[in-house]
Amino acid sequence: MEFFERFAIPHPSPLIYASMVAIGLTMIAIVVGITYFKKWGYLWREWLTTVDHKRIGMMYIISALLMLFRGGADAVMMRLQTAVPDNTFLDAQHYNEVFTTHGVVMIIFMAMAFIIGMMNFVVPLQIGARDVAFPRLNAISFWLYFAGAMLFNISFVIGGSPDAGWTNYFPLAGTEFSETVGVNYYMWALQISGIGTLMTGINFIVTILKMRAPGMTLMKMPMFTWSALITNVIIVFAFPVLTIALLMGTLDRQFGTHFFASTNGGMDMLWANLFWVWGHPEVYILILPAFGIYSEVISTFSQRNLYGYKSMVGSMVLISFMSFLVWVHHFFTMGHGPLVNGIFSITTMAIAVPTGIKIFNWLLTMWKGKIRFTVPMLYSVGFIPLFTIGGVTGVMLAIASADYQYHNTMFLVAHFHNVIIPGVVFAMLAGLTYWWPKMFGFMLNERIGKWGFWFLTVGFCLAFFPMYITGLDGQARRMYTYSEETGFGPLNMLSFFGAGLMAIAFILIVYNVYYSFRYAPRNVGQDPWNARSLEWATPNPVPHYNFSVTPVVNSSEAFWDSKKNGHQLFKDKIDKIHMPNNSGLPIIIAGLFFVFGFSFVFGIWVGVIAAAIGIFGCMAYRTFEKDHGHYIPVEEIQETEMKLEVRNNENR
Amino acid sequence: MKELFPVKQVMGYIFSLVLTAVALSVYFLDMSFEVGLTILLVTAFIQAALQLVFFMHAGESTDKKAIYTNVYYGIAIALVTVFGTLLTLIWGYM
Ligand code: HEM
Ligand SMILES: [Cu+2]
Repeated sequence: MEFFERFAIPHPSPLIYASMVAIGLTMIAIVVGITYFKKWGYLWREWLTTVDHKRIGMMYIISALLMLFRGGADAVMMRLQTAVPDNTFLDAQHYNEVFTTHGVVMIIFMAMAFIIGMMNFVVPLQIGARDVAFPRLNAISFWLYFAGAMLFNISFVIGGSPDAGWTNYFPLAGTEFSETVGVNYYMWALQISGIGTLMTGINFIVTILKMRAPGMTLMKMPMFTWSALITNVIIVFAFPVLTIALLMGTLDRQFGTHFFASTNGGMDMLWANLFWVWGHPEVYILILPAFGIYSEVISTFSQRNLYGYKSMVGSMVLISFMSFLVWVHHFFTMGHGPLVNGIFSITTMAIAVPTGIKIFNWLLTMWKGKIRFTVPMLYSVGFIPLFTIGGVTGVMLAIASADYQYHNTMFLVAHFHNVIIPGVVFAMLAGLTYWWPKMFGFMLNERIGKWGFWFLTVGFCLAFFPMYITGLDGQARRMYTYSEETGFGPLNMLSFFGAGLMAIAFILIVYNVYYSFRYAPRNVGQDPWNARSLEWATPNPVPHYNFSVTPVVNSSEAFWDSKKNGHQLFKDKIDKIHMPNNSGLPIIIAGLFFVFGFSFVFGIWVGVIAAAIGIFGCMAYRTFEKDHGHYIPVEEIQETEMKLEVRNNENR
Repeated sequence: MKELFPVKQVMGYIFSLVLTAVALSVYFLDMSFEVGLTILLVTAFIQAALQLVFFMHAGESTDKKAIYTNVYYGIAIALVTVFGTLLTLIWGYM
């Protein structure tokens, strides 16, 4: 019996049992549904084993949306708990677990998956490639991310959630203060998905450096591709730090080492240090692709080329390096002298400069442009002032001496949501709406989309601006309740109301997908937005080989050139196309990693060893496997192209 | 015959054996902690560079520039991280 006891939840509550039942029922429903509609074969052949960058991108995005709802439910629970003083909806322990999972899920499993999904779908199309450099590796990346996400998400029903914050500071996260397996889950879920992310980084750097269409020099890449390149460079240099920190944390917790202990030669501050060495670059990993999307959207809907292309690139390169020079601003108050704080204060303020340059570039792109306020453009225009507020409060936080006042208050919470939501979430929604017709062949309804935008924006302001005030008044973050006398009540109630509006916005967005799927016309042609960059030169829906003929490019707006300046994109005639084969190995490896992680969390060493043998077995198999891909014959390509042409012409 | 014999690689191989021997000496000879660690660090970095240049053929393809840019970038970031950490956690700690 003892063996099973450790799987029990340490801090049970009716909410958790209800979720348990809900999860069980959903899983049964899914399995039954797929079996009933006889979709297993289809699912396996077309999706689970796919190496097509477009499908992998979509799977990332769908997972990201699911995680958005998981994290969003956590957010609403937190806001409900703090809506009134002395509330008893959640107790302290449960609140700790909720804000921890909220943070991890939103950053690692929602935002990261969203940007990587976007990059997957868009980058190869934008550079005129047929897939990424290592398609099989790409599938492994996705499935590892997915395994990590699932591992993290079962924690609250099996064994207990992590509860030491998404920053997971030691010694709180050590076994002394966090006795349950929760933090082990944190370690392994992040480790597994982090490996996937690292491989994505390598994959995309190679793809962008080696697989661009003829004529596309680095300085002729579309801006989103540039942002993806820089992002992946940051990934490759930042993620190894997380990998090692997590490993050291695991050793501390499960093998009795003392890296992060305060005794025996360990150093508890080292975790915070390493975490933010990765963590600050991580926020730029999240924001740069968002900047890339805004650049594409703003230039398309201002119907002008992007102002200051070179300064955009320059500022991103600068940001990529500077993002590694500022990490200490996350713990100004932990006891270093004025020299250290001074240095990092200055570097932090300096990084605002290249960011500011980009804001001006977008404004100047819109200046004298013929602006069309579509949904993607609304998000982009909304982003500029809101993000600027986030940036300004960021600079306030960067003043080390003043940070003693703001640190660990709701002011900080307001700040980072102020950059992350208008920055990353708005960008993802803008990008999703913008590229939706490329993905699915129909447009999302504009009217519902606009309602969604307004609910989200107003909800955001109401949810987070009050936190600036209560934060300055001294409301600490990560506190599950406060007393009546503090006077924080009304503003927190307002914030809860705002969170509710945001929840409605997300429901509207999902409803929009359903509505548009049912009612939107399918005759959108290949270029519904009158866009500029190369991805729009593919037919709709994009055939799995992307381009029947490799395009030739002579500017960052190749498609615009071909529409307006008589540039000939496709010069060669159709030749047979070499494509990679699907493979079941990635999902199997990821499944083994899941078993590995789960067993490790509970210290079931038999499982760990068995899974490890399986993983190495898969790798050995892969080494000796002969897989040269396949060729699509010319006739088949012509046939597909013909069908697409008929379809696209009918629609015009 | 001369073109076929990989002089560079053999030299590199011998050199990396020498470096390993030097590193090993830290264990067998009696020296202070600081000296030992310095030897380990120095030999480790030379060893890594050696592997990269001789055996992973950095610089032998058309991607030479991209590869070295990445390597230098990585080194710069590693140095910043290590010395920044020392500064924050030890030298500048009050
Ligand atoms: C409906 C929207 C959202 C609401 C109402 C919300 C609310 C909150 C609240 C109340 C906290 C905890 C404050 C505390 O007691 O310390 C929090 C923390 C956090 N949120 Fe959100 N959030 C939302 C969306 C997001 C998104 C989209 C992201 C990321 C992309 C995000 C990332 C985080 C992170 C990283 C933390 C810190 C967790 C920690 O301290 O360990 N949130 N959020
Ligand atoms: Cu930071």
